[in-house]
Amino acid sequence: MNHAAEHPTHLAHHFADMEQQKESAKLGMWFFLLTEVLTFGGLFCAYAVYRAWYPEMFSNAHRELNVMMGTINTVVLITSSLTMALAIRSMQIDRKNQTMWYLFFTFLLAGTFMVIKYFEYTHKIHVGQLPGKFYSFEGIEGSNPHIFFSIYFMMTGLHGIHVLGGMCLIAWLMYKTRKNTFSPEYYTPIEMTGLFWHLVDLIWIFLFPLFYLIG
Amino acid sequence: MSTETSSKHQLHVLPVSTYLGVGAALLVLTGITVWVAQFHFGEWNLIVAMAVAVTKAILVALIFMHLLWDNKVYMVIFLSSILFLGIFIVLTMFDTLRRDDIYDYVDKPINPNAIIYQIDSTKTPAASDSTAVPPGPAH
Repeated sequence: MNHAAEHPTHLAHHFADMEQQKESAKLGMWFFLLTEVLTFGGLFCAYAVYRAWYPEMFSNAHRELNVMMGTINTVVLITSSLTMALAIRSMQIDRKNQTMWYLFFTFLLAGTFMVIKYFEYTHKIHVGQLPGKFYSFEGIEGSNPHIFFSIYFMMTGLHGIHVLGGMCLIAWLMYKTRKNTFSPEYYTPIEMTGLFWHLVDLIWIFLFPLFYLIG
Repeated sequence: MSTETSSKHQLHVLPVSTYLGVGAALLVLTGITVWVAQFHFGEWNLIVAMAVAVTKAILVALIFMHLLWDNKVYMVIFLSSILFLGIFIVLTMFDTLRRDDIYDYVDKPINPNAIIYQIDSTKTPAASDSTAVPPGPAH
């Protein structure tokens, strides 16, 4: 068997074929996503404990969040998940130009999310709704309102870092797509980034109602 | 490129309408959950909001993340993360909410000298009553 002639460009030496290579990448990615769920899980647990201890303070504090901005951000992130999924589909049917555009829209929407988050954060920093000892706002009834904002900033902050990480990955994918690295035979990096991006969306799907809607 | 390898890659390509349909469903569910949150049903607000969020999460995981058609081992990995997250939160809640069923619950700060408590007692009027003390669970 002529090994050199049969060998696809992107097949690493230790895999039998492209199929096995892709399945292995996906397995690794899903294990990584498992650790991501558990990382955020610790924060969700903190949320549950403090909400159970201080239900009234949570209810009063959550009214300080801007539901309109939260809703717009939810729509933005869901749309970006959709464009990410469509970017993968376009690469499956070998439409590289379309993939490029969908990746570009995804990047733009992620940027929009961060800009809206920036305005929300700036407002909170301005009025002193900050975590722990930095808290200086005086308009919320109930004990320990600084705990609400500690949890809010930790959870949305860690989520925001994930959005920024996702933007870096998407920018890298656009660079690689431009360089014609991907094809319907090999587009694993786009698919893996897609999985990561959908998980970031999934986490926001829970953060949004827990903070903005029901406090 | 051999024909042998390309025939092995039966790529599972979904129609665009499926993606658009899921995207539209997610947006409609977002609208519903924001609309319902205006009304106050007590505990039901939490239940409705979480039911909507779980529905959205299932749509994203099954279709956008392709779990419905992929090797089921990925679904098992994902579900096991949810399972252990559930164990983590439920057991913690049993502890923190039912601790005083076993012995008398005495409220006291873990670290009375913690800087937050000192700042709180001077700055936050509502917190002047024993800020340092986590309230016992509601009885």
